[in-house]
Amino acid sequence: MLANQRLSLRLPIFMLVVFAIWIVLSTLGAAETGEGKTTTTDARLADGLSAWEQVYSVLTHPRCINCHTATNYPQQGDDRHRHFANVIRGPAGKGVPGLNCVSCHQETNADSTGVPGGPNWHLAPFSMRWQDMNDRPFSSADVCRAVTDRSKNEDLDGPALIKHHEEAALVLWAWNPGRRPDGTMRTLPPLTHSEFVAATRRWVEAGTPCPSGR
Amino acid sequence: MATYELNVNGQRKQVNVDPSTPLLWVLREDLKMTGTKYGCGISACGACTVHVAGIATRSCVVPVSLIGDRPIVTIEGIAQDRVGRAVQDAWVEKDVVQCGYCQSGQIMSAVALLQATPKPTEANIEESMGGNLCRCATYVRIREAIKSASQQLK
Repeated sequence: MLANQRLSLRLPIFMLVVFAIWIVLSTLGAAETGEGKTTTTDARLADGLSAWEQVYSVLTHPRCINCHTATNYPQQGDDRHRHFANVIRGPAGKGVPGLNCVSCHQETNADSTGVPGGPNWHLAPFSMRWQDMNDRPFSSADVCRAVTDRSKNEDLDGPALIKHHEEAALVLWAWNPGRRPDGTMRTLPPLTHSEFVAATRRWVEAGTPCPSGR
Repeated sequence: MATYELNVNGQRKQVNVDPSTPLLWVLREDLKMTGTKYGCGISACGACTVHVAGIATRSCVVPVSLIGDRPIVTIEGIAQDRVGRAVQDAWVEKDVVQCGYCQSGQIMSAVALLQATPKPTEANIEESMGGNLCRCATYVRIREAIKSASQQLK
């Protein structure tokens, strides 16, 4: 009788303990899973931002930013001086009648005369300027915001940005810029083209994150 | 060396030259069309301007191998065009020329301007002619002639 009474007392306590342990373990498990998600998201964001900084290092290289100007004229050379011969942007970024970009720049580089060339040579639209009016490149955050703003970037979404960096003829030219008039080779961006495309892809796959601040 | 078939002022011309030869030297040396002048050789002065597919082009920096089948018009052929004729008449009327060395390039750029912009503003003229230099500083008469040609083309 006494044994039965003890058992009837112990059983609810035992079940209570089991239930409590289950609650604790469940809570811990849920917390661990959530923490994992947070960690994964943070890592993806960090990787995306890291990839963006690689992309930014290319976009602000003279081979790219010389034609992504805020000025009314293209720029030239690694010192980014004003394009000689009074060349100006013109209404469509292609110069003006009598002094078009294609007045000199042909479909390919002309290494015998040092004039670079590529299909449809022209300036990037003013909305895609990556520098201020004093020729200073915008910050990484500002360029990122401009590049991802579809009202400014000719409506390119992430995949289209990858395609642009991978295939656009004048983007490709940056890795085949030809010779200067003195016969020496023009400098190249800090990444190879395949590294640039890979960095763009990582950044896009991370959701095109942009650095905070200005 | 390579052989190229060029369309110059509406005529087929065959030349056998190094592919890297600038169009200017093909015109002057091989085709003996010396109206187009050598000035700076780096596309900075505009003296060598011709039209390639209707675009004013600095012939001193364009290798002949990049011309393809695009038609070329030089100062020798520009009067065949209505605008070209009007510009040359205006040049005579305004007595633009001093030494004359840069003037074929000036005329070719002016024609390109007026073909695209028949009624140019002062700013249009300034921008389009800004790459053509004149050591005699005939700029004022050049502007007057362009405006006169524009009037004649009404």
